[in-house]
Amino acid sequence: MGWLELLTDYTFQNVVIGASLLGLISGPLGCFAVLRRQSLLGDAISHAALPGICLSFIITGSRDIGGIIIGSLITGSAAALMMLMLTRLSRLKTDAGLGACLSIFFAVGIVLLTYIQGTNNASQGGLEAFLFGQAAATLRSDLWVMGSITLVTLLLLAVFWKQAKLVTFDPEYARTLGMRTTAIEASLTAMVALAVVVGLQMVGVILMAAMIVAPAAAARQWSRHLGGMLAIAAGVGIVSGVSGATISTLSRGLATGPLIVLTATAIVLISLALAPGRGLLWGVIKHYRQKSALQKQQLLYALYKHSADPSRAPSRLGSRRLLNKLKQQGYLTRSPHNATQSDNGWGLTAKGQAEARKVVAAFEELAA
Amino acid sequence: MMAELLTTTALPIMLVGAMVGIASSAVGTFLVLRGNSMLSDAISHSIVFGIVIVWLLTKQQSGPVQLIGAALTGLLTVLLTEALASTKRVKQDTAIGLVFPALFSIGVLLLNIYANDVHIDTHTVLLGEIGFVWLDTIDLFGLPIPQALVSMSVMTLLNYAFIGLFYKELKLATFDPALAKTFGFMPSILFYVLLMLTSSTAVAAFDAVGAVLFIAFAIVPASAAYLLTDRLWMMFIIGALISIVSSISGYYLAVYFNVSIGGMMAVMTGVFLILAFLAGPRYGVITQLLKRRWARKAPMEPPPSI
Repeated sequence: MGWLELLTDYTFQNVVIGASLLGLISGPLGCFAVLRRQSLLGDAISHAALPGICLSFIITGSRDIGGIIIGSLITGSAAALMMLMLTRLSRLKTDAGLGACLSIFFAVGIVLLTYIQGTNNASQGGLEAFLFGQAAATLRSDLWVMGSITLVTLLLLAVFWKQAKLVTFDPEYARTLGMRTTAIEASLTAMVALAVVVGLQMVGVILMAAMIVAPAAAARQWSRHLGGMLAIAAGVGIVSGVSGATISTLSRGLATGPLIVLTATAIVLISLALAPGRGLLWGVIKHYRQKSALQKQQLLYALYKHSADPSRAPSRLGSRRLLNKLKQQGYLTRSPHNATQSDNGWGLTAKGQAEARKVVAAFEELAA
Repeated sequence: MMAELLTTTALPIMLVGAMVGIASSAVGTFLVLRGNSMLSDAISHSIVFGIVIVWLLTKQQSGPVQLIGAALTGLLTVLLTEALASTKRVKQDTAIGLVFPALFSIGVLLLNIYANDVHIDTHTVLLGEIGFVWLDTIDLFGLPIPQALVSMSVMTLLNYAFIGLFYKELKLATFDPALAKTFGFMPSILFYVLLMLTSSTAVAAFDAVGAVLFIAFAIVPASAAYLLTDRLWMMFIIGALISIVSSISGYYLAVYFNVSIGGMMAVMTGVFLILAFLAGPRYGVITQLLKRRWARKAPMEPPPSI
């Protein structure tokens, strides 16, 4: 399929728009989930969407997206609520509550799914697509629904921006200000359920967890501000959604969800390595810079203060590479024909003398 | 005819279900107590990756190679998670949420690519086929024993052998890791072995209940037991009992409604968790409400003045 042909392809257009919407909603909401240390709540909510999908199918008898959205919203929120009750009212910890809700709701979903299969309803086909997502099955009418959900969610977020921010970073302070923190926290969680609903068709219930976590984790590396983080997370979500969907469309037979998730994971890894300031690579570079700066100071100090001490000879303190580098920079000279045991012929230039005096002064000030 | 079929298939299915529950809740107990329950979620997803890789390398779909492969995959999942968390750039739970979907995705894609050569499809991966365990039997002592039952029994024995051998070490490492470390018990090594056993159990349970429902069998009976007792050894017994009762009741309910047997068994474990949560003799929500009401009605004697 050529590129031009691909761009005008009706199905492909739907897939790209759907994937962009998914990125647009899951990125920003994922940021709140990750910052509130609820990364895995998205996992539980998305697994819990399965019984909702099946229930709506049993009630309405069709794969109507409106019913599926309402159904999965209800069961997703019910799972989150049950998790809260289990952990608040008993001595179960958060992880056990999450795991229990996730597996019980998913089990109910499986039971309902097999019940529907047992009834031999002709229009049941495609329900299993919600497990792994089937982007190619997205309809234009689905997109309108997904788009409106995304728009409403983002608008809500914009209206309650200040409250959401404060509850995320300092819930105690928010409570002293008289904010209804429980209500705000509950609505942030319910919005995650909305993001899950949008992603059902694209990546499926199993992998939706990654779409909540991955864009936010990547964005966190690039920005120190909540607003910037949200914008970057939305961007990461859109890019991984669109590229995953494109690869899936080009190579018939590869599931869309896993491809989107792997693209997002790759972006996370790149961000962890390269992000300015926080990236692991910058850490390594900084470490080596500091190391060579320290070696340079050590060398200059030794040549200036202990030029007659053979145990502090330049060749013992720094590598040949470092010595040559300092020579190039004009701090050192070398005259091999009158080398002594203690300096191997290395000596300070006028510039080196001046720099060494600074180092010595700094050392002595520290020692004093 | 129908009754005969039922008696020859029902017993193996319920036995396999109970064995899956007993083996998983044994390791699950420690996960729940340590606050690492979601690692079973991560492991049960990422072993899909391990199973496909081992299959590509050795062309074996079950057996000891797969168990070892699963143990290594579980270890890989945990090590990757800890490596990510140790960069201090992401939190522990975020790291879990990044690692297992990635491994699971690779596994699913590999299944997509080699779908024509392998009969483990994504559907079996998730749901398992406990209804068919009696079809795949091996002869032991002249009796046709389902293979899943044999592998689950081996895993149960292995898990309980490990727990029995290192009972006091595990107990101390779970409740006071710092003290265990000063005694030289190496709590982290114990924990890694436990996680390897968890993943091996997961892959052995895989044929029967699938990846996701394994989490239910690992966490839910152990959580329910945790709400019912304060004794570690009692948690194992209650966990095993809940697994057995859930398997039997789940089987009959599933046959009655004609739905997924593994799914129904997992739902039943959930029912027991809710029962324990509401009506547990010491920590149950209703029990505590009643206790508070009685306490209000019968005011205590004021303490004697000194």
